[in-house]
Amino acid sequence: MDKNTKMYEWTLHEARQALREGKVTSAALTEAIFERIEAVEPKISAYITLLKEEALESARAADAAFARGEDLGDLHGVPIAIKDNMCTTGIPTTCASKMLENFKPPYDATVVTKLRAAGAVIVGKTNLDEFAMGSSTENSAFKVTRNPWNTDYVPGGSSGGSAASVSAGAAFASLGSDTGGSIRQPASLCGLVGLKPTYGRVSRYGLVAFASSLDQIGPFTKDVKDCAIMMNAIAGYDVKDGTAVEEATPDYKAALIDDVKGLRIGLPKEFFGEGISQEVKDAVYAAAKVYETLGATVEEVSVPNAGYALPIYYIIASSECSSNLARFDGVRYGFRAEEFEDFNDLFTKTRTQGFGEEVKRRIMLGTYALSSGYYDAYYNKAMKVRTLLKEDFDRAFASVDVLLTPTSPTVAFKIGEKTDNPLEMYMSDICTVPINIAGVPAMSLPCGFSDGLPIGMQLIGRHFDEKTILRAAYAFEQHTGYAQQRPSL
Amino acid sequence: MTEKTYKTLVGLEIHAELATASKMFCGCTTTYGGDVNTHCCPICLGLPGTLPIVNKRAIEFAIQTGLAFNAKIARKSKMDRKNYFYPDLVKAFQISQYDMPLCENGHVDIETASGKKRIGIQRIHIEEDTGKSLHAEDGSSLLDYNRCGVPLIEIVTHPDISNAEEAGAFLERLKATLEYIEVSDCKMEQGSLRCDVNVNVVSEDGTVKSNITEVKNLNSFKAAMKAIEFETRRHIELLEKGENSLKETRRWDDAKNETFHMRSKEFVQDYRYFPEPDIVDFEIDADWIERLELELPELPEARKARFASEYGIPEYDAGVLTATRQMADYFESLVSRVGDGKLASNWIMTELMRRLKDEGLELDALRFTAEQFADLIAMVKDGTLNQNAAKKVFRRLFEEGGDPKAIVEAEGLVQLSDTGLIKETVESVLAANPQSIEDYKNGKDRAFGFLVGQVMKASKGKANPQVVNELLAEALKNL
Amino acid sequence: MAITIKDVEHVAKLARLEFEENEVLAFTEKLDAIVGYVEMLSAVDVEDVEPTYHVLPLRNRFREDEIQPSLERDAALTNAPDRRGGCFRVPRVVE
Repeated sequence: MDKNTKMYEWTLHEARQALREGKVTSAALTEAIFERIEAVEPKISAYITLLKEEALESARAADAAFARGEDLGDLHGVPIAIKDNMCTTGIPTTCASKMLENFKPPYDATVVTKLRAAGAVIVGKTNLDEFAMGSSTENSAFKVTRNPWNTDYVPGGSSGGSAASVSAGAAFASLGSDTGGSIRQPASLCGLVGLKPTYGRVSRYGLVAFASSLDQIGPFTKDVKDCAIMMNAIAGYDVKDGTAVEEATPDYKAALIDDVKGLRIGLPKEFFGEGISQEVKDAVYAAAKVYETLGATVEEVSVPNAGYALPIYYIIASSECSSNLARFDGVRYGFRAEEFEDFNDLFTKTRTQGFGEEVKRRIMLGTYALSSGYYDAYYNKAMKVRTLLKEDFDRAFASVDVLLTPTSPTVAFKIGEKTDNPLEMYMSDICTVPINIAGVPAMSLPCGFSDGLPIGMQLIGRHFDEKTILRAAYAFEQHTGYAQQRPSL
Repeated sequence: MTEKTYKTLVGLEIHAELATASKMFCGCTTTYGGDVNTHCCPICLGLPGTLPIVNKRAIEFAIQTGLAFNAKIARKSKMDRKNYFYPDLVKAFQISQYDMPLCENGHVDIETASGKKRIGIQRIHIEEDTGKSLHAEDGSSLLDYNRCGVPLIEIVTHPDISNAEEAGAFLERLKATLEYIEVSDCKMEQGSLRCDVNVNVVSEDGTVKSNITEVKNLNSFKAAMKAIEFETRRHIELLEKGENSLKETRRWDDAKNETFHMRSKEFVQDYRYFPEPDIVDFEIDADWIERLELELPELPEARKARFASEYGIPEYDAGVLTATRQMADYFESLVSRVGDGKLASNWIMTELMRRLKDEGLELDALRFTAEQFADLIAMVKDGTLNQNAAKKVFRRLFEEGGDPKAIVEAEGLVQLSDTGLIKETVESVLAANPQSIEDYKNGKDRAFGFLVGQVMKASKGKANPQVVNELLAEALKNL
Repeated sequence: MAITIKDVEHVAKLARLEFEENEVLAFTEKLDAIVGYVEMLSAVDVEDVEPTYHVLPLRNRFREDEIQPSLERDAALTNAPDRRGGCFRVPRVVE
């Protein structure tokens, strides 16, 4: 590694390598991250809660373990950030909502348990759109996160804090959650690798639910190898999640092979239509050319019902969230309105005062879609069209191994640009929502820049075939320089 | 208005808590009681981020209930969310079953004074119980979630029940069956069995009918029966006045013996049911159903028929003895020791049940064991005790407990069957009652009975009455 | 089908939300636009198409009937906005 790079600019695996070689201690590494956080937080506002003391304590524990010759693996002693919608025992888990401002869960999410068991150093909880509803991290009740590449721009969302923290060197990797693109879109806008695993691959236990049938946890990293390392730590069966698959998880690092000869890559034409900016299309087509020169075949395919993905998504996600968020009633935890007449009034006032506008909008849409007389026209209809879309993907994967598309239709947009028009904001997810609906895995990785802002491309795989995505992404990364770019913040 | 005759249509909804060790979706205990909010975890408190994992035993209990009630078991089923806001409902939705219940189309056969009847069971589905609110003296309510998440089955009948008596018979049969197959402890006082009734009346000619009212949360079968009677009267009175009942939910007031308005059903609750995304579908294959069927014990109907034929007891008695599994098991444990079904049945049907009823006790409150009771019956059977003496022993046994043999000895109650001794008594009684002998010879049968009584009295009740009869008849013949 | 203010008020009641009078109109417009947008699904022919409630073909995910430790009561109540006597406190619950 370059002697001039600062520690915070290292990738996760570089940092871990330095720890293994004794070039740095975990405590020093963690201190360096906190120095960086202090320097950049005023500009990007990536974190809601910082856990400096706890982090330094686990860093010292890691150093002590290293001294005893112990090694818990690739995350041991490495500072990591967690989106603030994953439960952490005794540590605020706010979902960026006034509703949960003071909520300290009495339990850890499974992914948090796994990170702790792997010896990771948890540095803080990152900002998000309230309850993960949004595409810009402007819907947080606490702060607006900014894009490290240009702080006038959004980092994407809803996992904007997780993306900005890693992009800015304020963590070596982070966890996000992705219901309609909330990992991939901010990864794209912040020049990172972001993976939404197959639905059921990573336990959702402890992830505050937005839309249960679409939510999935995944990592943000600076490069593909880091992504594989994070996946090795968090993927796998969990008895606490009845939708997690029992299938054995492979060693994702073994998928990092710089060889795509014979790999069949499909470009689904519906993902390159109206609304996708020219520079994004150009960058993705250029990436396809790179693959061809590396020996992969590229062909056009079709996902005919992709155009219905957004309406399907908004009905399913809103319906499920209207039910998932009904429990926030001011009785057992969270915010409670101060004045009320009876218990129904307590519920209503608490919810009216505790939720932000976008959350209310989705609860309203979902309540409407599920209400008597409309269920068949909306929710059930959406679930049926979902079947058609899923079958489209099955057909496409009969002829190709992986699909290549843009991640976000445009590079990052300016803060405040779309806040008044929810529909326009929803369009940011047009390339990412079909993936959640079909439950397949997909990754965003950097493939270009436009006016100094990163462009991301999306690789989509078959159910449980994260390995092929990782392999294709790794090969691309080895032959291009985008992963080495860092924002000058 | 002309007087019409009406028929009553009653449908029941019964909720039974299942006798699993742990809750429906988490590992918290289902044990009743305990300090408030000590049987709770993040899952049953509905904390954000938690997920439900289905208790397999609860599903199996529901399937077994379906089998016991002759229902069709769904091969494919799923859970749904029933959304509504209430302080005792931690997630603001109850995980329940909407359009694909585990069991459908069953029935229960009942018998009342007016004969036998089949009551249809529309569906049996599984769901989770809610928490409880306790009223605090300052006017607020305090929530205890210990019961929250305990598995429940809801059993819904067709409106096949025509009166309170049938409802009572149905509920008794239902409870007995649930206890037999040990899927629920059916303790109404602990809320593990609850009953709602839906009532309306229709004129015999079908021209007028009342709106259905629901009476909720009846805490005893008696209350359910009284509520049906009350509602029937109320509906008919309203119709006779040219009015109609409201579509409403009512409650039963035990003290006033009447129902009262709770809430209107004019605005139908919109539960916004949808499939529970956190729970995958159930596929119930034939093997699984067969295995669960094999696990079932002999059911009340079958056991009743067997008791009648195997022990030669009347069908009515067999019905009483099989009314609860506890009683049926008790009876059979007596038979296995006494070796005489009729005798054991008689003792239970008369002495034991009368005393239990008088004292308001259950079998498990007895002060003596089945072995001790069997010892007593055996002494009657072998002639050691006569009926009167045996009743005396039973009384002491019931009141104080103890060993019947010891009681017999202590009270000197052993029956006297020694013909020599009895003969002496007979002779002295005859010598003292010449008038009775005269009466007997003149054909007055009552005189014989009087003489028997005198002999029994002289033997302090210990003489074997059969022997007394024989010896007295013989002595009179020889006079 | 256009969303009316009345719809919004009804749905808000169901969802236990309240909107100020001046908010309702703006909210109705935004919701109407979204509902109008999702209406595009009505054009799709889904006859004989089964709904996909679960994207993976998983079945019968059960746990055995085993007791696990519950939370200490203090941990259960730690986030309660109002507690008393080991319970969560709310205004009087009446039906």
